[in-house]
Amino acid sequence: MALNRRDFLKLSAAGVGGALCSGNAQAIQREPKKLPPEAVGMLYDSTLCIGCKACMAACKAANGMPPEQTGEADIMWDTPIELSGKTLNVIKVYRDETVPASAEATLVKDQEKNGYAFVKRHCLHCVDPSCVSACPVSAMTKDPLTGIVEHHKERCIGCRYCVYGCPFGVPKYEYNEAFGQIQKCQFCAHLQAKGELPACCDVCPTGATLFGKVTELQAEAERRMAKQPGDTYVFPRGKLGGDRPPHEAKIPEYRKELYGDKELGGTQILYLAGVPFDKLGLPTNVPDYGYPTLSEGIQHMLYKWMIAPAVLLGGLAYVVHRNTQKSHDDESQSGSDTSSEGGES
Amino acid sequence: MSEHAPLGGKLLTKPFLFFAVLFMIALAFLATRFIFGLGSVTNLNDGYPWGIWIVIDVMVGTAFGCAGYSVALLVYILNKGEYHPLVRSAVLAGLFGYGLAGLAVMIDLGRYWQFYTLLWPGFIQVNSVMLEVAWCVMAYIAVLFVEFAPVLLERFGFKNLQQKLSKVMFLIIAVGILLPTMHQSSLGTMAVVAGYQISDLWQTQLLPPLFLISAVLMGYAIVPFESLLASMGLRRPMETGLLAKLSGVTLVVTIFYLVLRFGDLLWRGALGLAFVGNLDAFMFWIENLLFVVPILLLAKRANRNHPRLIFLSAVSLLLAGSIYRINTYIVGYHPFAGGDWHYFPSVGEMMVTIGIFSFEVMLYLLVVKTLPVLHRA
Repeated sequence: MALNRRDFLKLSAAGVGGALCSGNAQAIQREPKKLPPEAVGMLYDSTLCIGCKACMAACKAANGMPPEQTGEADIMWDTPIELSGKTLNVIKVYRDETVPASAEATLVKDQEKNGYAFVKRHCLHCVDPSCVSACPVSAMTKDPLTGIVEHHKERCIGCRYCVYGCPFGVPKYEYNEAFGQIQKCQFCAHLQAKGELPACCDVCPTGATLFGKVTELQAEAERRMAKQPGDTYVFPRGKLGGDRPPHEAKIPEYRKELYGDKELGGTQILYLAGVPFDKLGLPTNVPDYGYPTLSEGIQHMLYKWMIAPAVLLGGLAYVVHRNTQKSHDDESQSGSDTSSEGGES
Repeated sequence: MSEHAPLGGKLLTKPFLFFAVLFMIALAFLATRFIFGLGSVTNLNDGYPWGIWIVIDVMVGTAFGCAGYSVALLVYILNKGEYHPLVRSAVLAGLFGYGLAGLAVMIDLGRYWQFYTLLWPGFIQVNSVMLEVAWCVMAYIAVLFVEFAPVLLERFGFKNLQQKLSKVMFLIIAVGILLPTMHQSSLGTMAVVAGYQISDLWQTQLLPPLFLISAVLMGYAIVPFESLLASMGLRRPMETGLLAKLSGVTLVVTIFYLVLRFGDLLWRGALGLAFVGNLDAFMFWIENLLFVVPILLLAKRANRNHPRLIFLSAVSLLLAGSIYRINTYIVGYHPFAGGDWHYFPSVGEMMVTIGIFSFEVMLYLLVVKTLPVLHRA
């Protein structure tokens, strides 16, 4: 194997770096947030999703969102391809790119090689949300009981720090409005307040989008992963423990991980899938704690009760006073005009 | 008599009118932005919500505005009274840098009419790094006005008020040193929450000290930059002796910065990323080589008396610090979820940024010609 110069540099640099840094630098962190006591969430089972997009239509209806035309100009129907200021929920598809279009019919569902899989994108309602930590005006809040992350546009200044910070690329701003706002999934909090299900969970025909308490959904996911592929299983629909008729199906080849269980401190939307999660656009190279633990760790160290700044200010005032007094005296002695010095800066 | 004096001379010079035209072009784009929304002028998109209006106008702009802060550190904390003649023009640079950054924020805010919620006790969110930056910057603009007030009071003959102000000025100066220390470091902290989305070449918990030190450096660089441009453009004698000494300070701080920067990269084992053939690595080396240039130029004591070399190292440092900020927030930012996003500023975005800087130059010319800012020749 020929090693070119660039590879050599890469290797040697990595070697030097690795030698100097065994183990991570000690991080300054605040305590991670805990799952709220009555946290509600969703279990999205990619293997059950048939890509019918009924949830997308229901979402738009329930939240009064406009249709979105993408691609060719004369397309006449709602065709969102990604979350945006007009779309709070979108079904996307992973597809093995190495398979040519001519052989598309051979693709197998929920398989990484020669396969494809669906994924549902919207807010994951993080246990320790970056958007809530970032927002300067509490326009993003996390409900202390249900854990739903809500946006309050009447407070928002439109700085888009939540958009910049969200590790899942969820909040979106309406760039083409003179008076735009941030848009994101709020887990149909307005419907839940009336005792109804979030629109997407309500409409999903296969139970791929299942509403429930987060702890119960975690247990449900464990039950599914514990079964052997091919076993028959009764999949609930709508709400876990609800009164909808369930349906029987075979247990697929699950990845033996529940996404959202620990990623970035955990999320209230959980994912089961048959393909690796990064293929579905979910970041996997992430720590088990939320990034706010790092940024707030720094802030709390420096600014707790504003003690450090107050002490620093006292010290600065003392030194400045001493130093300007001194020059004051010097200049008075030399008989120069004192009206302008010391003062101006 | 004061040791400072207005320059005098014609106001509507050719350079002034040139910058006025650039400013008018920016106003046209701004009208479009406010009528049709941010998307009508900028290339901002669902992957890149922050562009040059935030990163250059605000983050680079306020770092340029650190002249007042950096010189105040020297004069009032390290008690280097000999730098005092630089103070007024440095404070003026600060006032422009920060004032116009404040203006740029209002242009970029998507819901600018609700700006007041930043001051509303029921709404403020004290864990937000952005809140701290906003408060500090607002307070610092006010402090800079007070620090600059003696110039106006002197010009318009309010001797009494000027004397009263000078009694409490030590406190104002202390606050004026505290606030930039807080928010220039916090401008670095602001990137921490973006986590994996920012390349490990830039993402570190040492962002606060790195942003602070590079801001101090940019503050020191703007002083000779402005002073030498003024001496050329306005035909003033140069403060070369003072600038030579300042260059010595710059040299030491730059070396300290690079030791911290590369020490951190080695400690985190991230330096390998600098040897991958991509845009991140390329921009990383541009950024850091620009930090090395002033060290090479200023290492020899004799070179520090050379206006051209001082000017070159100042330009190099200003570019280095600017690119560091652009790299951290834009080049090194790779949103992963939801698609393949790209951002490069549109012509309109660039014209607005250029227009704001032009406005700054116009104000500078106006002020130094009419107010006692520059040290008496």
